[in-house]
Amino acid sequence: MEFRDSIFAARFNITLRDLEKYLTEALSRGGTYADLYFEYLESSSISLDEGIVKGASRGVSLGVGVRVIAGERTGYAYSDDLNPERIRKAAQVAACIAAGPAQIAKAPLNEARMASLYPVVTAPTETSFAERVELVKRADRAARAYDSRVFQVHAVYADNLKQVLCATSDGIVTCDRQPLARLSVSVLARRPDGTPQRGHAGGGGRVELDFFVTDKTPEHFAGQAAREAIAMLDAVDAPAGEMTVVLGPGWPGILLHEAVGHGLEADFNRKQVSAFSGRVGEQVASPLCTVIDDGTIRGRRGSLNVDDEGHPTQRNVLIENGVLRGYLQDKLSSALMRTGRTGSGRRESYAHIPMPRMTNTFLLAGESEPEEILRSVPRGLYCANFGGGQVDITSGKFVFTASESYLIEGGRVTRPVRNATLIGNGPEALRYVSMVGNDLRLDEGIGICGKEGQSVPVGVGIPTIRIDSMTVGGTA
Amino acid sequence: MSGADLPEIAAGVIKEALELGATDAECTIAEGEEFDANVRLRELETLKQARSRGAGIRVLIGKRTGSSHTSDLTREGIRTMVRSAIELAGVTTEDPHAGLPDVSELGSLPGDLALHCDDVATLDTAHKIELARRAEDASLRFDPRIVNSEGASFDSHLGRRVFANSRGFAGEYRSSYCSLMAVPVAQQGASMERDSWYSMSRSMRGLDSPEETGAMAARRAIRRLGSVKVGTCKVPVVFDPRMARSLVENIFEAVHGAAIYRHESFLDGKLGRKVASEKLTVVDDGTIPGLFGTSPFDDEGVPTRRTVVIENGVLKSYLLNTYAARKLGMRTTGNAARGLAGNAGIGHGNLFIGKGQTSPEQIIAGIQEGFYVVELMGFGVNIVTGDYSRGAAGMWIRGGEFAFPVSEITIAGNLERMLLDVEAVGSDLEFRSSAAAPTLLVSEMTVGGR
Repeated sequence: MEFRDSIFAARFNITLRDLEKYLTEALSRGGTYADLYFEYLESSSISLDEGIVKGASRGVSLGVGVRVIAGERTGYAYSDDLNPERIRKAAQVAACIAAGPAQIAKAPLNEARMASLYPVVTAPTETSFAERVELVKRADRAARAYDSRVFQVHAVYADNLKQVLCATSDGIVTCDRQPLARLSVSVLARRPDGTPQRGHAGGGGRVELDFFVTDKTPEHFAGQAAREAIAMLDAVDAPAGEMTVVLGPGWPGILLHEAVGHGLEADFNRKQVSAFSGRVGEQVASPLCTVIDDGTIRGRRGSLNVDDEGHPTQRNVLIENGVLRGYLQDKLSSALMRTGRTGSGRRESYAHIPMPRMTNTFLLAGESEPEEILRSVPRGLYCANFGGGQVDITSGKFVFTASESYLIEGGRVTRPVRNATLIGNGPEALRYVSMVGNDLRLDEGIGICGKEGQSVPVGVGIPTIRIDSMTVGGTA
Repeated sequence: MSGADLPEIAAGVIKEALELGATDAECTIAEGEEFDANVRLRELETLKQARSRGAGIRVLIGKRTGSSHTSDLTREGIRTMVRSAIELAGVTTEDPHAGLPDVSELGSLPGDLALHCDDVATLDTAHKIELARRAEDASLRFDPRIVNSEGASFDSHLGRRVFANSRGFAGEYRSSYCSLMAVPVAQQGASMERDSWYSMSRSMRGLDSPEETGAMAARRAIRRLGSVKVGTCKVPVVFDPRMARSLVENIFEAVHGAAIYRHESFLDGKLGRKVASEKLTVVDDGTIPGLFGTSPFDDEGVPTRRTVVIENGVLKSYLLNTYAARKLGMRTTGNAARGLAGNAGIGHGNLFIGKGQTSPEQIIAGIQEGFYVVELMGFGVNIVTGDYSRGAAGMWIRGGEFAFPVSEITIAGNLERMLLDVEAVGSDLEFRSSAAAPTLLVSEMTVGGR
């Protein structure tokens, strides 16, 4: 999007000249770099519970963040008021981090050419509420129709439209319009007098509302959630200890996000506090593993035309045939490490300092048939779906929790097991990958990644894989 | 902090909503000032400073609810917000239980709750940075094995919250907090571990010294060096106070009014029954001056109070807001909690496990073979079934003493069983956040390892 068409120029009457003035103010105390991040966020959500649309909410949040870098130091201030006086004040506060003669911003600002990965004409946030309310109602009906043992349905539809402008003292201006929508369905099922079990499904992306009508319907997500809850009614205790684990395709790609993704973010490696620090060029996974982080996949939840520092996103090879290739870089770390940027600088909002983050992280497909992978396992665990995960990037230990998993007995998927957490060590876990399926699938678009208190939307993906040894946290 | 006009804005929002056809309305306005300084390897690394404010509204048109929020407090921004909420009430479903609290429930605790202290606002930036620098320095000097650091930080926050509704409630309070935290990295051979420690208070004078905070963080990181994975087994598990606090949060989710009326809690329908060891008493108290879970009224304008949740093992009360209370045919417990967006949810005040008689040292001394948890990872707690399975790290206990550090294992069980199996409650209760617990001993859990 061009600057003159952006909401900041059109509605708030901000000019390129204004941006240059603010940047000059930000560098008035001697910083080496400064940027401005303007954000106008409209969000809405609709929640259905017990068959009743109990809540509908809409909101607007706007503001500007000013960052000044001086060597390894960062100064940051923001204003939730776009009044020029307040922006200038924020620039002065951020400038205080630097101590030295004033620097000049490279004027004039130039607009960067940008990709168009989510050419959404009408964002879901801009459509009528009545249409969107229908989505949660349909999910409710479908989940209840799936099986008479379903007794509770909680469906939440949420979307937002984030309009951003980033101007940097390197002389670049970018504007983007980032739509995002998600429908999630949580279902409870039980037998008469039995213990309830939960199933959960959801998805979306940087899409038009039509996505939920023609592509992934409320019935699709409701059916998945109901199926999971019903399957879990027969769950037996999960096993405990080390065993062979097979991950199904799609969302189980959260393994990569936790086991290697976070540990490869450049800030941790620049500071030498990651279990992967200084290991570029080393074999850190089985030769079957090639791990990619790609912010350029059309319409995906983790995709961005430019990162939150105005740099184009790209396809980054993190691990190639098991060998560690590189880190995810932002402006600050790439400058200090004297290497290129990777379009991975992200922030939750104008109130947050950017840092290196993942976008869509996945493992490339291999050659094995999924059935062949299962057949190869005499005894183990098959994980079809997961809840969340977490990692300690310093020790490398990571966990993720299986929400739908089954025992593998004699090469066949048999009984469902109760929720269990799996734990591993990042730099070692992928060495045990002995088979990689040909069925790479990306998740359906529900991921939220948290780091140092900042949440950003992300995607993951994986084909069916066999891991020869992981520790499973059951009770049996 | 400026903005004496906020109560006036809130009153105007209510008035406008009623004029536009709302039958009831409530408005929350929050204002905050944040300061964060991070020091790493003795140099200032980041400095962040800002103030922000925003407003949220919930309206009712009969039994339909709509809500909206904005950070734009201009006349235009406020008008858009009110109109949005009114419009949205038109797309929701009639809900017989929806509505504001009854007038008789509204009110505010009298007296000074010591939520705000001026010294947090007046301390100069250089001094705040110096506190962080001293905390990190104490970590780095503590032991030669502290080879690196993710830094130390000083954060402070000043807030003001204004709330008004169409049933005559208008109130506001100010709050402050500051915190100091150090995150050192220890290394020995191939083993690299980090840990952290912090101190948090509503006033500067309530903070622990930076030297104490830094040294404690270093001690914790070093203790983890050279950790091993143990074999799969069933043993007694001791939760240190920080990890026991996570069990308090799990209990909160299980007595959360919405989880009860949706029948998605393993404590659903157990009121008046024995759900835990008689050694366990859990109390929620939003009235204790100076603590982090204290406030004069909840986010619906109902006074906070002391609610006994579990008494000597018997489930006494759920935690409710007005809506959940009406669904369950009960009265609100003053636990409404909300940000600016959406409807009021449920939160806890100071939720804690009452302290016991045994010192943590005595608890450990009584265990032949067991596991002492200092870190839990992941989200493996299912409140519907009580299934509990989390990644863990800590110390192995042998012959009543710490024998060696352990990591990359899981601990698993079922919360229903774990609460009944609490065999000892420590005497070391401290309120370091709005949930608190002393050391707890659970008689048996499954450790998943080699």
